Amino acid sequence: MINRLSLDYKQLPLLATISLFVLMFSFGSLRYTGFFSTQVFLNLFIDNAFLIVIAVGMTFVILSGGIDLSVGSLIALTSMVAASLTMEAQLSPWIVVPISLLVGTVFGVVQGVLIHLYNLQPFIVTLAGMFLARGLSYMISVETISIDHSFFSYMASTRIPLPGDNFISISVVIALIVVIIAIFLAHLTNFGRTVYAIGGSEQSAMLMGLPVGRTKILIYTLSGFCASLAGLIFTFYMLSGYGLHANGMELDTIAAVVIGGTLLTGGAGYVAGSVVGVLILGIIQTIIVFEGTLSSWWTKIAIGVLLFLFIVLQRVIVLRSEKKQASN
Amino acid sequence: MIKSMLKSRLFWPIIVLLLILMINLFVDSSFFSIEVRNGHLTGSLIDILNRGAPLMLISIGMTLVIATKGIDLSVGSVIAMSGAIGAMTVASTDGTGLVPLFMAIGLSLLICTLVGSWNGLLVSRIGVQPIVATLILMVAGRGVAQLITGGQITTVYYDPYSYIGGGYLLALPFSVFIVAFVFFVAVLLTRKTALGLFIEAVGSNPDASRLAGINSKNIMLMVYMFSGFCAGVGGLILSSNVMSADGNNAGLWFELDAILAVVIGGTSLMGGRFYLMGTVMGALIIQSLTTTIYSIGVPAETNLVVKAIVVLVVCLLQSPEFRRKVFGFGKVKRTGEQKEREGVTLS
Repeated sequence: MINRLSLDYKQLPLLATISLFVLMFSFGSLRYTGFFSTQVFLNLFIDNAFLIVIAVGMTFVILSGGIDLSVGSLIALTSMVAASLTMEAQLSPWIVVPISLLVGTVFGVVQGVLIHLYNLQPFIVTLAGMFLARGLSYMISVETISIDHSFFSYMASTRIPLPGDNFISISVVIALIVVIIAIFLAHLTNFGRTVYAIGGSEQSAMLMGLPVGRTKILIYTLSGFCASLAGLIFTFYMLSGYGLHANGMELDTIAAVVIGGTLLTGGAGYVAGSVVGVLILGIIQTIIVFEGTLSSWWTKIAIGVLLFLFIVLQRVIVLRSEKKQASN
Repeated sequence: MIKSMLKSRLFWPIIVLLLILMINLFVDSSFFSIEVRNGHLTGSLIDILNRGAPLMLISIGMTLVIATKGIDLSVGSVIAMSGAIGAMTVASTDGTGLVPLFMAIGLSLLICTLVGSWNGLLVSRIGVQPIVATLILMVAGRGVAQLITGGQITTVYYDPYSYIGGGYLLALPFSVFIVAFVFFVAVLLTRKTALGLFIEAVGSNPDASRLAGINSKNIMLMVYMFSGFCAGVGGLILSSNVMSADGNNAGLWFELDAILAVVIGGTSLMGGRFYLMGTVMGALIIQSLTTTIYSIGVPAETNLVVKAIVVLVVCLLQSPEFRRKVFGFGKVKRTGEQKEREGVTLS
């Protein structure tokens, strides 16, 4: 009985997130004509495919009790690398795509090694990574590089038809594949179990004989890879590389993960929750677009308020479960 | 004499600062010249002091927050809010004399201190991690600043307002006096009263300090309020300097620069010890680095790369694991220091 209850507590944020999404969607449907349609729902995925991909990577980082601030800048760097290799070096996409994906992965490995080997705080290491990636992308070029290449425009404009005159983009398919692999990784592999264990207590995980060091490096590598993949998707979306792309995106990502019910102290949360978190950020934007008169800064304020509510909710849950443990 | 100099926390920051300034001397020999123009001192050194004033202020506030093992990510947004409130108050009142100026200063400092206390309450009363608690305002604060200015870059047409960031007093920029005043108040309060000790005690162990009779919750609340206040003053200087308020870009990346300044100054991110003078040095190093990069003619974008490398090097040098692994292979010259080092890692 107690076991069942404590499980409920951990799922509470996720339940709250899903009901919030349903609530916001019905609010929009009641208030605006044309809001209640499958395409509006699918557009949430189309416009936020890249955010879903980084949020998935970030979920693993936060589950392990860390944080990755470099993801937004890595998107910019990837877009710059992809754009300059395609347009200036005239390389084929078969070479450009793997190299672009390697950018974030290498960043992730180095950050993970620094964090694990020298026991540095993830916050500071990834902060330096954020500066570095942004600086490097400006060093490639200060100006926007627009991409004019058949492969990129194909990826950008292809519509995959769905029944009922609806459609999705290739990016959505990539994002959904990433989500499925991540759910598999988190819940059905040793790697996923170790991530949750590190988040619960790094020391206990170490004493249990779990490969803490290797897993930590892998987590940041995974996050870096996801950031680069998101960078590519973002490049398809914008069809350009620019050093200022995705400015502040790391905060949106962290917000999405937190709103998705992952505890910032680590150890509890779901990849699926982060996807819903991203959809909530998306629906705030959509409502603001439909409202027409509300300006974009309301997005920031709304995200702030939601963050506050969910953080307090998380805090209450943690306090309750601590109390429960103490009384047992 | 030399030994005590080497041991001082300020030794390395001062050496680095002098090195950066020296580089400038080779590039442009007029770097150190200070002229008197219209009764004002002008020159690159004065410029560094003047431009670095907001960063110094914000870093002073950040030092005390970090000393309690916290961090304040919201300062950049508070700068934007403070500038927006200041500019809008000055713009909306068309009184005579200095009344609008004092109203603007009072209102924006009051609100920034309140914003700081919001962070402090979340951290000390609800027990949210500082990174997370201040993240909320980091996201929402910029939205609020834009809301205040209506999303526009608001220009101020009121001359006394420009005095805060652009005026001169006794031939020196007025902002330098503001920094000096805040710095001395902070030093007096933390070094001449027990307050500094309390802050360090809370930073090294909040539970133990509570048991020792320190009101650790109020100490935490206070440092966040002070940080908000400092960011408020910094925001007023910045917005008065350019005579406008820009909710989107004012104070962008300032939180990161401030954290960097604190770390360069020798304050550990683990809390428990702080060095205000070191922080001021750190802020000056960052500012002169920026000025140097501009004056050498390297693209300004390199700035970020240089900063990233500096952060990493400083953090690696602070890490006991790194020192043991990299320097531990060589001959150990001073056994006393080695013992001390092991003592630190064991605990």
